[in-house]
Amino acid sequence: MDEAVLRALTPTVIGVLVRRGADFAAAEDAVQEALIEAVRAWPDDQPRDPEGWLVTVAWRKFLNAVRADTSRRHREELIEREPAPGPGEVADDTLQLYFLCAHPSLTPASAVALTLRAVGGLTTRQIAQAYLVPEATMAQRISRAKRTVAGVRFNQAGDVATVLRVLYLVFNEGYSGDVDLAAEAIRLTRQLAAKISHEEVAGLLALMLLHHARHPARTGPDGRLVPLAEQDRGRWNTQLIAEGVAVLQAALVRDRLGEFQAQAAIAALHADARTAAETDWAQIVEWYDELARLTGNPVVRLNRAVAVGEADGPRAGLAALAGLDPALPRYAAVAAYLHERDGDPVTAARRYAEAARSAPNLPERDHLTRQAARLNARPRSGAAAGNR
Amino acid sequence: MAKYLLLKHYRGAPAPVNDVPMDQWTPEEVSAHIKYMQDFGARLEGLGEWVDGQALSPEGAWVRYDGEGRPPVTDGPFAETKDLIAGWMVIDVDSYERAIELAGELSAAPGAGGKPIHEWLEVRPFLAAHPTTTE
Repeated sequence: MDEAVLRALTPTVIGVLVRRGADFAAAEDAVQEALIEAVRAWPDDQPRDPEGWLVTVAWRKFLNAVRADTSRRHREELIEREPAPGPGEVADDTLQLYFLCAHPSLTPASAVALTLRAVGGLTTRQIAQAYLVPEATMAQRISRAKRTVAGVRFNQAGDVATVLRVLYLVFNEGYSGDVDLAAEAIRLTRQLAAKISHEEVAGLLALMLLHHARHPARTGPDGRLVPLAEQDRGRWNTQLIAEGVAVLQAALVRDRLGEFQAQAAIAALHADARTAAETDWAQIVEWYDELARLTGNPVVRLNRAVAVGEADGPRAGLAALAGLDPALPRYAAVAAYLHERDGDPVTAARRYAEAARSAPNLPERDHLTRQAARLNARPRSGAAAGNR
Repeated sequence: MAKYLLLKHYRGAPAPVNDVPMDQWTPEEVSAHIKYMQDFGARLEGLGEWVDGQALSPEGAWVRYDGEGRPPVTDGPFAETKDLIAGWMVIDVDSYERAIELAGELSAAPGAGGKPIHEWLEVRPFLAAHPTTTE
């Protein structure tokens, strides 16, 4: 049995239960239990209609739970309400779940956890492992999130932008535990793109595909980070790149540019270059200008300074950097890179060491420390001979 | 989401406002303090923000490698001047501001006279184990 197939049915089945009168929290619990039972039972006896099986089992679990904690009369009312089995408005149900799980009343962490469980069909344990917290903590985070959205009407239209932010957070968490969150984010975004025609959903999907395509080349055999310019481009996944570019092009022709489309366009330009030297940096600078206009995010201007440094030389890059707040994350790393290109290894080494001290994660810190060490270890004979 | 370490010291932190050693509190005050810490941990779990908490003995030693085929060198007990960690909590929260808020609440644990200790806690961000997926 393919677990992905099973998990893909999760939001549909929750939708059916909610339509039959279960509240979201109880429906979600019941479906989670049904999924666990399916994992146990299906390898020996795969049902012909997996969705029907899940609906039947989940509904029974739901009724048992109701029997356990409320009056018998309420249960009978629910049984009477049960409609004849048949296809419902499945697509809409799933879409509603995306909106509910990304509801603005939830904190980002809660929205992520709830989305992974109710839309993604992951178990609490898997989510806890992926985020390196105890299972009990994750269980509480999810049940609190469910209480938070308990009053939200299921058929309320939501904001696509909030859903995209949640999916992007999941994607960026990357690869930990036994669940590949990047791949899971792609699956959920692909599913969303199939249900709703929206240029930024497509933009985000394209962005994810283009980044994921580079994943095999991003880390060396010892786990070290390999910067874009040094990656073995033969290891990039051309199939994912082709799909990402196609999705992006279809979005761009609609002429409603957004943040994710612009980011994807930059990723596509990198993917398009057979060698780092062939990168079309001038066009990348233009896209960063678009992105800065769309978001006003100062981090975008920092990345733009790198692109300017490549397009017009390190001096121009340093000039672009000059107007920015040195407190921005990765400012020192960008400065170090530009100073080295500008032929000033002493300043570059100092800025790399500084960047390492403020790095947000271990692989990045190790990479920056190695850069500083490389520059500090360079031959000093030139200076000794009085060449400088 | 980000993880933070809330670090408690036996020694080495600046003096708290309510600076009376624990062995000079009344037994009820000691119990009230312990209950506060337990409730705090339970509440964090309920909020989905708890990761871990441990207390450390003040005993211990310095240890170092002393070369091939030789046993490690030890040096102890710790000198009175050593910065001495008493224990920690690890939390998983949405923001730095939330970490500061929780540390502030933990520092309000009651001590002598049932009054908050106002203990100084060290708040340290974890380095993430993985780089972000986007470059």
